[in-house]
Amino acid sequence: MSSPVLEVRNLKKHFPVRRRLFGGPATWVKAVDGVDLAIQAGQTLGLIGESGCGKTTTSKLILKQETPTSGTIRFEGRDIASLHGADLMAYRRAVQVVFQDPFSSLSPRMRVRDIVAEPLEIHTDLPRGAIDERVGKVLELVGLPPDVAPLFPHEFSGGQRQRIAIARALATDTRLIVLDEPVSALDVSVRAQIINQLEELQRSLGVSYLFIGHDLATVAHISHRIAVMYLGKIVETAEADALCARPMHPYTKALFAAALPSHPDQRTQEKTVTGEVPSALSLPSGCRFHPRCPSVMPICAQIEPTLRRRDGGGRGAICTTCACTAPGMIRG
Amino acid sequence: MANREAVLQVAGLQTHFFTFGGARVIKAVDGVSFTLREGETLGLVGESGSGKTTTCMSIVGLLPRAGRIVGGRVLFEGEDLTRKSQRELRRIRGRQIAVILQDPMASLNPLFTIYRQVAEPAFFHQHLRGRSLRERVQGLLRAVRIPSPEWRMREYPHQMSGGMRQRIVGAIALAGGPKLVIADEPTTNLDVTIQAQYLDLLKDIQQETGVALIFVTHNLGIVAKMCDRVAVMYAGKIVEQAPVRELFDDPKHPYTRALLGSMPKLGNKEPLYSIRGQPPNPANLPDGCAFHPRCPDVMSRCMTEEPPDFRPGDGSVARCWLLDDVLARS
Repeated sequence: MSSPVLEVRNLKKHFPVRRRLFGGPATWVKAVDGVDLAIQAGQTLGLIGESGCGKTTTSKLILKQETPTSGTIRFEGRDIASLHGADLMAYRRAVQVVFQDPFSSLSPRMRVRDIVAEPLEIHTDLPRGAIDERVGKVLELVGLPPDVAPLFPHEFSGGQRQRIAIARALATDTRLIVLDEPVSALDVSVRAQIINQLEELQRSLGVSYLFIGHDLATVAHISHRIAVMYLGKIVETAEADALCARPMHPYTKALFAAALPSHPDQRTQEKTVTGEVPSALSLPSGCRFHPRCPSVMPICAQIEPTLRRRDGGGRGAICTTCACTAPGMIRG
Repeated sequence: MANREAVLQVAGLQTHFFTFGGARVIKAVDGVSFTLREGETLGLVGESGSGKTTTCMSIVGLLPRAGRIVGGRVLFEGEDLTRKSQRELRRIRGRQIAVILQDPMASLNPLFTIYRQVAEPAFFHQHLRGRSLRERVQGLLRAVRIPSPEWRMREYPHQMSGGMRQRIVGAIALAGGPKLVIADEPTTNLDVTIQAQYLDLLKDIQQETGVALIFVTHNLGIVAKMCDRVAVMYAGKIVEQAPVRELFDDPKHPYTRALLGSMPKLGNKEPLYSIRGQPPNPANLPDGCAFHPRCPDVMSRCMTEEPPDFRPGDGSVARCWLLDDVLARS
């Protein structure tokens, strides 16, 4: 397999929490606590987890909106922490983002043309005519007629706005798009349009995606590989098919048990995990999932398991990594 | 199920919004009929603006000022709620009919303790006081699985997590011992594992109390998990209504088929079926069948004539001209 477009190694981001009044020790929120990810060229990595697990902080670190506490992020082989000046601009051109809510991510005072052209005006010195041509082209790519350019965002529905946001992300020579829950705010009938559009764009342009979501079925549909995150850590990564066929980590299994059926005959009697995600301020000892884990053992409260390679269904090339001490999960 | 008593009968309900001093009329709900029996769960499915919430708010008489019920009846245990005064409705809401809304932070008062808010229905409707009231509140909190309720009830909403707040709202809904609970997208703001817990809880409570449930949602997965019957709404009308298995196995209306096709399924990577266009503007609906501009099977008749209810015989009702041909041929 070729080298990945983006490689994240042991990434950490700890936020200080206000000190106590009388100089007690400052506490830290370990929002991202040792994350490893790799995104292959032209592929989609799905990052799935519940709110507060660090998905969005991870994406901010990748977008260089936050500086990591430690760890490295390599884009096309280069460490992005050391990028400055022209190289940093080139990175910002190559990596773009689409946010969840297209009603707040597009300025209501700007015309579609200006929204989509803004990255081009910042990053290129193309003449006006060439910019207009490029704007028309990317609008067409996302399935909007080029004559919408002079309109304002309020004249569009949610799905169309999300298309505009995708067009903006594609305007420069983009190689990686971070999609932070891009369909969660859309109507059901429109979600499918956007997902199909994203898949088609990937096929025709070869762009890579980091798709962040919490809906298992949607993430599994669009992703090649999936990373499951819980309280700042990746607990399992695997090829999307392997993960769906044989989830290994008890938390991944819990997510599958909690997933909604697609037919009334698939109603499960399986009881879902109990309890709630603990506060990131006071993490449980040992394995972070142990207070909620249905197959918890005494050792889980003491030793924090690390991601280890597992045999993902016997196919050698496919590697599943999973952080769980339970010997039961290695079976098969 | 069929011979159980009907708790709620909605017949030909029409709720319109009058804006610009009546110059503009929005037909938010336009001829909705359904029946709900004891212990039954009805899923009300549709996209935003399809009239699901307005239907529910018409039932309990909590419409915004511009909204008015202009036709139809809402029979609750044989009495027409549309003819009741707000004073009479207040005695029914909270006691016999309870509502759970999407955002628990908006339903709970941040200035009052959990105890005070959960106790309110029992205080006003059952006139409980003192220790019996306290015990009732603790019992309700225990029923919605709040750990150590005797401590938790002294806390305030901001001290609870989102899932717990929504369970508190559930406890308030159950406080009056209702016959009908209307849940309007109660889990949209919750995380997946918390959502699954909450749905399981609602089901358990329903089994224990036999309460009838209207579940408003846009998520067909929730329908598949929770509901006995489904009504699919589009542009203020129920376009298809059927028992849940019938609807998933053999959807009659093209809109239902499209909704089912656009649902991502685990282990299936084929492109999703997508519906072209967007939901229509309720102030400016297309002529004929409101779905015709987006319908893949549109016929010339659909553009001018509105389809009536067709009953293909398996307990489902659908508004689509395609069924006219199908029924005529058979």
